[in-house]
Amino acid sequence: MGVRIEKVDLPGIGVRHDLLTGTGRRVSVVSHRDGDHDLAFVDEDDPDSSSDSVELTDDEAAALADLLGSSISMTRLTSLAGDVAGLYTEQLLLPTDSPYLNRPLGDTKARTRTRVSIVALVRGTTVMPSPTPAEILRPGDVIVAVGIREGLDALSRIIANGPD
Amino acid sequence: MHETTVILIEVGALLLGMSLLGRLALRIGISPIPFYLLVGLLFGNGGFIPLDASADFFEVGSEIGVILLLALLGLEYTAQELLSNLKQSRVAGLLDAVFNALPGAVLALVLGWGPVAAVALAGVTWVSSSGVVAKMLRDLGRLSNRETPIVLAILVIEDLAMAFYLPILAALVVGVSLVQGAVTVAIAVGVVAAILFVALRYGRFISRIFTAEHPEPLLLGVLGLTMLVAGVAAEVNVSSAVGAFLVGIAVSGKVAHQASQVLTPLRDLFAAVFFVFFGLATDASELVSMLVPAALLAILTMATKVATGYLAARRGGIGIPGRWRAGLSLTPRGEFSIVIAGLAVSAGIEPRLAPLATGYVLITVVVGPFLARIPDTRWFKQRVRSRQAAVTSRSRG
Repeated sequence: MGVRIEKVDLPGIGVRHDLLTGTGRRVSVVSHRDGDHDLAFVDEDDPDSSSDSVELTDDEAAALADLLGSSISMTRLTSLAGDVAGLYTEQLLLPTDSPYLNRPLGDTKARTRTRVSIVALVRGTTVMPSPTPAEILRPGDVIVAVGIREGLDALSRIIANGPD
Repeated sequence: MHETTVILIEVGALLLGMSLLGRLALRIGISPIPFYLLVGLLFGNGGFIPLDASADFFEVGSEIGVILLLALLGLEYTAQELLSNLKQSRVAGLLDAVFNALPGAVLALVLGWGPVAAVALAGVTWVSSSGVVAKMLRDLGRLSNRETPIVLAILVIEDLAMAFYLPILAALVVGVSLVQGAVTVAIAVGVVAAILFVALRYGRFISRIFTAEHPEPLLLGVLGLTMLVAGVAAEVNVSSAVGAFLVGIAVSGKVAHQASQVLTPLRDLFAAVFFVFFGLATDASELVSMLVPAALLAILTMATKVATGYLAARRGGIGIPGRWRAGLSLTPRGEFSIVIAGLAVSAGIEPRLAPLATGYVLITVVVGPFLARIPDTRWFKQRVRSRQAAVTSRSRG
């Protein structure tokens, strides 16, 4: 997957990175030396100028990057199983009153009980691929699981209410 | 009243007044430089209320102001940036020099001020104010525009050219014989080239003298080194401003970033003092008689600057609206023009250069920001669009 990014130096100010999208738009990120960032969208009438530019602080830029980064990881994960018939990927949010809260992932015995594979855990903005059974489940975790419909439904019940 | 008490009162009242004017400038959307110059004119020679007690303070302060202006300019650039820009935009830089320096030189010769004043006035009209232009680009939200690197490259080359121009001018104004002058110029250029080389190769080691973590030793250290080198440079006729500029370039990386943060408030204070001092030293009554030549020169060289930016942007493959944006944003002249005029006047070359430069900078700095906004107006965009439509229909038909 080739994405074109161009880097242009802005002497005395910082660096500009341009990203050309598949639809022909140019998105520019100006990184100032003092840590500020501008996110700019190029004017379609006049490709040399920007139609709008948003100033972002360091923290805001980091948050936006994480947001984009984690949503991309999620789409990549979901596209994994797409082509095998009958196999689904699902993201299950761990309920806040789950009996498995703060317990190892292995305690759910998901594989034995439902024949579903847990392929990743998403915690906040980080994605943990292939978690070990020893991984402790935390509030707000999202479990990414691959399996058949019935198995996924069963897993969803188990993490909410415990084994029947 | 005691002498120092009077100084406190005069300087305090002046700074307070300048702060109010600075806010007014921000409100209008122009640089405060013209207001500072006007304050100086008002209180200086031939002005309404002469300042006596604080004259010494303003003289020393203005010297430090020039040094800090240049040092911070140097801190903004790394030596690598200077070199790569020089390689990429040589032609634009050359064009810029020819287009904008010549009118100044010619006017000085027409006025019968002699060749040295011609060299000085050429410098005054040549250099755009990187401070004013960079701030304008930021305010107008043009940093992500494609023509902006071209505009910045021109500014960088001008600033670098000043590192060679100022020592040459400094040697010329001393008024030595031709052979002696050539030797002085050669020494000056050699010293500048040597320092640039050291900055490029060993900048890291120079930066290592300082520590970025502690602001106070950093402030004293960088300020000390800058003033020391500036003084030594002035001693060998290389102009203190250039010495300071080169120190700024040599310091790099994290230290440069921190140093510019701690030095910026000082720069703001002393640069303001510098502009006021220049106004103080300028004869206000002479300004009136110089207003017409200044206005003519301003109109002519703003037009040549627009042409410079337009052509440079065209070489860079920028569309027509972008070319106009590049050209119109380059017109303001500022600190360098005043530094150059100050250098010439203090050496006793043509006193009328000061009022001319003051008037000239006043006009370009005030008009520049309004010119720069023209390409953003609906009127301009429609004109460009209808012009383009006419061209395409003609080429089709």
